Amino acid sequence: MKKIINNAENVVPEMMEGFIRAYSNHYVKHPEVNGVVSKKKRKDKVALVIGGGSGHEPIFAGFVGAGLADAAACGNVFASPDPNTIYETAQMVHQGKGVLFVYGNYAGDNLNFDMGEEFLNEVDIKTAHVRVWDDVASAPLERIEDRRGIAGDVFVVKIAGAACDAGLDLDAVVKVTEKARDNTLSVGLATSPGQIPGAEKPTFELGADEIEFGMGLHGEPGVERTTMKTADEMTETMMNMLLAEMDLKQDDEVCVLVNGLGATTILEMSIVYRKISQILEEIGVKVHDADINSYCTCMEMGGFSISLLKLDAELKAYYNAPCYCPFYAKEKR
Amino acid sequence: MNKLNVQHAKDMLLYVADQIIAAKPLLTEIDSKIGDGDHGIGMAGGLQKGSEKLLKTEEFTGVYQVFEIVGKAMLMSMGGASGVIFGSLFLAGAKGMEPKAELTAEEFAVMNQKSLAAIQERGKAQVGDKTMVDALSPAIEAMKVNASRGFLPMLVAAENAALAGVEKTKDYVAKFGRAKSLMERAVGHQDAGATSVWIIFKSMREYVETI
Repeated sequence: MKKIINNAENVVPEMMEGFIRAYSNHYVKHPEVNGVVSKKKRKDKVALVIGGGSGHEPIFAGFVGAGLADAAACGNVFASPDPNTIYETAQMVHQGKGVLFVYGNYAGDNLNFDMGEEFLNEVDIKTAHVRVWDDVASAPLERIEDRRGIAGDVFVVKIAGAACDAGLDLDAVVKVTEKARDNTLSVGLATSPGQIPGAEKPTFELGADEIEFGMGLHGEPGVERTTMKTADEMTETMMNMLLAEMDLKQDDEVCVLVNGLGATTILEMSIVYRKISQILEEIGVKVHDADINSYCTCMEMGGFSISLLKLDAELKAYYNAPCYCPFYAKEKR
Repeated sequence: MNKLNVQHAKDMLLYVADQIIAAKPLLTEIDSKIGDGDHGIGMAGGLQKGSEKLLKTEEFTGVYQVFEIVGKAMLMSMGGASGVIFGSLFLAGAKGMEPKAELTAEEFAVMNQKSLAAIQERGKAQVGDKTMVDALSPAIEAMKVNASRGFLPMLVAAENAALAGVEKTKDYVAKFGRAKSLMERAVGHQDAGATSVWIIFKSMREYVETI
């Protein structure tokens, strides 16, 4: 597979260098570790630190800014950052009010972030974490803590960022962020694989006329492999999976994200969104906000995911708060 | 060799690091079957860092510190689940111990036992979950049983037990990591982390044989 790189071993440091230089008005890099830190410091608040493996840009590195994260701790491609990167990144942004970590629920991330938190606790910095587990296809509801985090990260980071900026204390931001996590469900679909730079093979194989429902953000196997379908058919299957679990009634309000995995176009995803909005309209559910973009990617993987955030008055207020980073921005509503 | 002194520990871990670095293609190939394919890259990178730190350190407080330095270097540089788990393999049993100029086989076995306990507490893996614990747990058991016979017999037993553990991982469905989502499709493939454990014990045995 063609990759626009110099040397597979240097992709993360070289990516980081270019990324920070390009957005030098907005981000600074931690002097030693791969931590992306917001240039404009917000004061007197819980620090929100997000993170995970690289290769999913613009999440996590890009979601640093007002109303979003204060910093992102970035690992190697598809590998969690080490505890020192997490510790150092959090040290750079904490302001004595504690640190909230938001990250996807994967074994490596859990182990490393736990250890990073222990290091911070040893120097009397209060910490907490919310693990995002929105992917309904990754495990049944009874084992929700085995589920993986995918594009639902965007909603959870948005709400957590707003709650931190509102000046809530650590316990309160955890509560709001957990509610956002618990109200967010996603499901993905793959049309073609991505490939890790330097790897000899793509992350999975899929026939020319095949798609896979529920495939994960690193090419983890999904729930059903079928032949190619129309956009409406795909969307209907995926919405059925989400609506089977999300209790939505007439007049409920949701936010919708159609997230591209890397190679899928806004043109295609708009056709998907058209169907989503029809389905929601039929059951009387209102869309408070919708977004069609590629935020959580897996290299050049083809396909998309649908995420729904069910709102209540509290979540809506935080969702309506403005936020800005070079990749994601919301106006005050 | 009856006792492991600082120089032994240093040379042994440098040799272990070289062997893991040499096994990078093998580990990558094994991990590519059911994992992300980055295990060999991670392990080789972590032990490279460990070697560099060892070579830069001029004075050691004792044998435990040699293991601590390597474990910490891995933990602080690798990332991913293996960084914490394999970093703990060297770090957890050595951390907080009274400095000692040399270790008996029994003391070395106890150190490794403590590391296993820490790894299981963090990672929650049991034997049969298709992880490095499948090789490490029987290896540690073999060390405990054979420690009184001295370093070489103990490490021979540990290496054999680790290899048998690696073989068994082929029969298991994975409970952790990327392979977990493969369910029964992971059966037939060995675990890359368990393979690394075997290489580590094999290398320690090879080193001790030369002393």
